[in-house]
Amino acid sequence: MSTDESLLRVQNVSKNFGGFAALTQVNINVARGERFGLIGPNGSGKTTLINCISGALRNDGGNIVFAGEEISGLPAYQRTRRGIARSFQIPRPFKSMTVLENLVVPLEFVAHRGTLHKGDTRAEAMHILEGMGLADKADTSSSQLSQVELRKMELARAMAARPQLLISDEAMAGLSGNEVTEVLDILFKLNATGITIIMIEHIMQAVMRFSQRVICLDAGEIICEGTPESIVQDPNVQKAYLGV
Amino acid sequence: MNERSWTFWVGAAAVLGLALLAAFTVKNEYFFFAAYVVLQFVVLATAWNILGGYAGYVNFGTSAFFGVGAYIAVMMIKAVNAPLGLQILAAAAVGGVMGVSCGLLTLRLRGIFFSIATVAVAIILETVINNWRFVGGATGVQILRPPVMEPFDSYTKMIFVVAALLAILAVATARYIQTSWIGRGLRAIRDNEEAAECAGVPTLKLKLLACAVSGALMGAIGAPLAMYQSFVEPASAFNLNYSVSALAMPIIGGTSHWIGPVIGAVLLGSVQQIVTVTITSELNVMVVGVLLVVFVVGAPDGIVGLFNKYWKRRRGAGGKP
Repeated sequence: MSTDESLLRVQNVSKNFGGFAALTQVNINVARGERFGLIGPNGSGKTTLINCISGALRNDGGNIVFAGEEISGLPAYQRTRRGIARSFQIPRPFKSMTVLENLVVPLEFVAHRGTLHKGDTRAEAMHILEGMGLADKADTSSSQLSQVELRKMELARAMAARPQLLISDEAMAGLSGNEVTEVLDILFKLNATGITIIMIEHIMQAVMRFSQRVICLDAGEIICEGTPESIVQDPNVQKAYLGV
Repeated sequence: MNERSWTFWVGAAAVLGLALLAAFTVKNEYFFFAAYVVLQFVVLATAWNILGGYAGYVNFGTSAFFGVGAYIAVMMIKAVNAPLGLQILAAAAVGGVMGVSCGLLTLRLRGIFFSIATVAVAIILETVINNWRFVGGATGVQILRPPVMEPFDSYTKMIFVVAALLAILAVATARYIQTSWIGRGLRAIRDNEEAAECAGVPTLKLKLLACAVSGALMGAIGAPLAMYQSFVEPASAFNLNYSVSALAMPIIGGTSHWIGPVIGAVLLGSVQQIVTVTITSELNVMVVGVLLVVFVVGAPDGIVGLFNKYWKRRRGAGGKP
């Protein structure tokens, strides 16, 4: 364990798909407990970066250090067990299971695997669902949820892995104003319990309200870093988004 | 042990008891001959379902594992004259190792690619056996049955009881997997592999485990074929019909529950036997085909799915479960 304050250090990370450079020499430091925003136009490499951090993709160059440990060689489930959880841009529920069972999977495979998968996972799953306002849907099949409920369930499932770092990949895409506030409140609440959060979002007002620090990616490179206020003023960011 | 486990084990003991009772009372040898085939399909369908049903990886190579089991038995008999128990154990071990090796080679391929790779394995193995003189090559090999063990009075009856034991073992294994954390992990893989991995499920390890268990059970039930027929030849041991039936039976019975493959195997296996005796054995394959189409179109969740739907509707109408 390092005494380093940053929980996640992404150092010179590159990722190529054939001849296309999706990420070029990306450097990010995320401190423990931080609320970190990641923005950028479509195709700028946000999700690729998240996939490299969570293990869905392997980075071609550079290092990813989490809690003082180099993790870029580890498979995704090992990273989840070390404390990195994520939600997906397009929700990926375990659709043959109920909402509660969806949470039991990470509880059994992460939190309770030391106890031979025999812990009281149902009570714990229920507790997490209550925190998300999904308790009344516990026994509903996850294939029958509405969009906002799916988003909440994705976050709940990520939380069931007891993460130190939660990566929320466009958890608010397609939601109405009230629903955005609802999800935002949940993320604030989780952060208050000490969980570091990386938020990827297109809804600017949500990123601006939530983040303490924001990074803007464009064409696989970081073009700007700073407070939400300074980011929107940055000419590079304006150019990337508006093309002016 | 909870109440459900008790019910299951009492049921399993009852099945074994019935099998033994039949072995000592029923005189007609054909009954055991036919029942053996049905039990063999219970094992194959149950084994297939562990990987195909729970994890959603469709294996078209059941005949490869089954055939290898039969030929391991042949080798054991020819080389060291091993008893049946030892043949089964060896076949299970080789089937398991084969499952893991096939898994390592092919499990990174998803969907249709995995299925095609498993067909290839079956064809390669059949070709190897076809050209291997020691085990009889393409013409096959005649096996002399050893004298029957006490208290049985015929070898067919004994082998029928062995098949019943293997069927109970297979179903108990499938049931354990389904109800435990392993089954939940496999279901997560079937629903969404990437999300499963991100939920902490070691997807490759679980798939390899499923391959190993599935392959071991298929190999184990292949072993008694040599003694059952007193003759083994590659074309029948590696017959594609085993692959098709092992896939059709769980789909017809229902893949989500351990009872599904059992229902499918008993139903389809019995119908096949009846058709063989009363009409012609050629019609067998058509029966499987027609039933498969009917179920895939009309009841994709199989008989178990139909039952669940009916149950839910009744409960929804106010009836108590």
